[in-house]
Amino acid sequence: MSGLTYETVARFAQQGGTLYFGVLFMGGLIYGLWPRHKETFNRMASLPLETDEDDHVQS
Amino acid sequence: MWKKHKLLERNSLLLVLGIVIVVSIGGLIEISPLFYLESTIEKVQGMRPYTPLELAGRDVYIREGCYLCHSQMIRPLRDEAERYGHYSLAAESMYDHPFQWGSKRTGPDLARVGGKYSDSWHKDHLVDPRAVVPESVMPPYRFLAEKNLDTRDIQAKLAALTRVGVPYTQADIDNAQADLRAQADPFDMGGGALKKRYGAKVAQRDFDGDPERLTEMDALIAYLQMLGTLVDFKTYQAQDPENQR
Amino acid sequence: MTQPAINPPDSAPWGAQALYVFTGIGAFVAFLMSALTQDPLFRFSSLIFLTAFLLAAGVMTVGIANGRFRYDPNRYEDGVIRAGVIATLFWAIAGLAAGALIAAQLAWPRLFYFPEAGWLNFGRLRPLHTSGVIFAFGGNALIATSFWVVQRTCKARLFGGILPWFVFWGYQLFLVLAATGYLAGITQSREYAEPEWYVDLWLTIVWVAYLLVFLGTLWKRKEPHIYVANWFYLAFIVTIAVLHLVNNAALPVGLLNHRSYSAYAGVQDALVQWWYGHNAVGFFLTAGFLGMMYYFVPKRVERPVYSYRLSIVHFWSLIFIYIWAGPHHLHYTALPQWAQTLGATFSIMLWMPSWGGMINGLMTLSGAWDKLRTDAVVRMMVVALAFYGMSTFEGPLMSIREVNALSHYTDWTIGHVHSGALGWVGFISFAAVYCMVPWLWKKKGLWSDRLVEWHFWIATTGILLYIAAMWVSGIMEGLMWREYTPQGFLANSFVETVSAKHIENVIRLVGGLMYLSGAAIMSYNIWRTIRMPSAQTLAAPTAPVLIAAE
Repeated sequence: MSGLTYETVARFAQQGGTLYFGVLFMGGLIYGLWPRHKETFNRMASLPLETDEDDHVQS
Repeated sequence: MWKKHKLLERNSLLLVLGIVIVVSIGGLIEISPLFYLESTIEKVQGMRPYTPLELAGRDVYIREGCYLCHSQMIRPLRDEAERYGHYSLAAESMYDHPFQWGSKRTGPDLARVGGKYSDSWHKDHLVDPRAVVPESVMPPYRFLAEKNLDTRDIQAKLAALTRVGVPYTQADIDNAQADLRAQADPFDMGGGALKKRYGAKVAQRDFDGDPERLTEMDALIAYLQMLGTLVDFKTYQAQDPENQR
Repeated sequence: MTQPAINPPDSAPWGAQALYVFTGIGAFVAFLMSALTQDPLFRFSSLIFLTAFLLAAGVMTVGIANGRFRYDPNRYEDGVIRAGVIATLFWAIAGLAAGALIAAQLAWPRLFYFPEAGWLNFGRLRPLHTSGVIFAFGGNALIATSFWVVQRTCKARLFGGILPWFVFWGYQLFLVLAATGYLAGITQSREYAEPEWYVDLWLTIVWVAYLLVFLGTLWKRKEPHIYVANWFYLAFIVTIAVLHLVNNAALPVGLLNHRSYSAYAGVQDALVQWWYGHNAVGFFLTAGFLGMMYYFVPKRVERPVYSYRLSIVHFWSLIFIYIWAGPHHLHYTALPQWAQTLGATFSIMLWMPSWGGMINGLMTLSGAWDKLRTDAVVRMMVVALAFYGMSTFEGPLMSIREVNALSHYTDWTIGHVHSGALGWVGFISFAAVYCMVPWLWKKKGLWSDRLVEWHFWIATTGILLYIAAMWVSGIMEGLMWREYTPQGFLANSFVETVSAKHIENVIRLVGGLMYLSGAAIMSYNIWRTIRMPSAQTLAAPTAPVLIAAE
């Protein structure tokens, strides 16, 4: 590992980290905003409101 | 893109995989270079593994949770340098499994406490902190002076530390019991062998002032008195670019 | 007891039989451990293992003989959640009381230290307090609520038959081993990961079982989409497993010895530990409790999640960014500068997803803000979110190097973690428990809503006193440490900065005691609620009664 210098590591971590985060964030954003998910998401947003305090498994 | 996301979302195993990948890549990029970068730990002179007695004292220090109130990490800030001494180097904890940098200073930093006070001050202070420093909030440790040091495991401890990378020699391990006893007794014949193994600067004396017994107090004071005394700052070049990170 | 049983009346499900065998083997191994070891501390822990396994084996013998382990797959497994709620309250009182005692020790050391009882010293009790609150109180709250949420949002009974009960009791055994170990002086000195190697191994077994129960329940769901609260719970379970395994890598001194030495040394060890330490905050105290928030807030205020999209974006950004932020605990130390910079940068970025979560929670109340006035539980949730927002703003601020130079090593940090722990973690858990108890015990409501009001106001005042005292003492001592006289000498000796904090230490104790009283009031209220006559008649059973599961 003699080729590994402080500068290489610092640059890799800082630039690579930013790039990696950018890609991941865009992925999450695209997934979140994808039009076809809208219907599921709307349904899911109300999921906790369904009456399920009872201990019978609902079908 | 869509397919993959759909898969990730609908399949809990892929969700687990996504979480594992996200959290481990970040950790890997951040942590693993420290093990490979040579500049992480400065090259210094004077560092040596703990003697068996110091190691036993360090285990008492850990057992009593001293690290919860005392840091061992002096930051390169003007007031800390004046209050505690030269800022701490990574090299100074290179044999610390685990590290004792701490995170809180309810009491002062101890990274360079070695040699600042006498053995008897330490003993009085540990037995009853408020007898020495009236405003102190430190717990009393009288029981350490009354408790014989359990030395049965010392060889196994050195052997275990060797396996995680501390450079004890086979002779160090074999003689751990003898070295431990020799260090706490100024008249012990084994002192010469101890200093041959760990260096001439090793302190050999009766740390707790009770020559009849080898107590946990002996071990703890031996540890405290060597803290921060190893690195030779006359030969260390803080301004060297290699040491500037 | 005539029942049309699926199983023959005398046979327990195979899972229960397997666990029965496991407790027997466990008891035997623990017996061997305690008999063979030379190490008194290891024997002490072994005897706790032995007692636990013998008790479990005894209880299971009676249980199997009476056919108690059969269950109705058409009902949710709520018994383990009821146990979890009680454990949550028990550990809340224990952990908070330990905190009050060590606060009293710092305020009046002459009164609250006992030279003859070294096991009551600050250094032994402090891990008891931190683990008691984080892992015992918080952990039980997380396990109990996650079992509730995953069953209801997947519309499926918990996976694994008796396995959830193993998770519950196994986790309590872990907590007892950890707590008694701290008092006895068994610690590997890694903050928030103090238990020694054999306790870590036991927790690993329990945690794998927990992951299996959670995933298995997810697999039984009918809806293809996994509800977002479960994402957060899953991230909490999975990441804690990863962190636990990496941070606790250590070599035991011997197989029958309690002591171990970390696989890492010095600077590497420090970074691994604070990578763990910070992500214990990120994934245990944040992600897990956000999962709680994403179910109980909409449920209680009867409004849909404000933005489900935001919840997904904030999930991925949160877990991504948190994992990098650890090095901000090591500013100005011997850790290389690039790692410090990286940690600080990501810590500041962390502000955004954190506030995304807070806004999403708060805005879920839109259209139901009046509940803030009428329902103390909703108020508790909102205050929890407010403290979450406050401490996730304070955290990035303190990770800036120049601020950290002042705040690090001081009481400011203590105030910061308590605004998160008491304000966010404590209040959101209390609120979830207040929600669940009437459902779990089939009551119409809580015994007393007035007592919830009392709990809310006493605890909130307590938190404010606590964090205000710590801000003052932290900033004061930070400034005093670096204060110079006009002649250029340090103005204060260290002990002057200690005695200067006396009043703040007293106020901190008062705040802590108020918070503890709140928890005591709550426990009383919950106990009275459980003892109220049941409202069972309201819920007409629809499925044919197969087995009396009790």
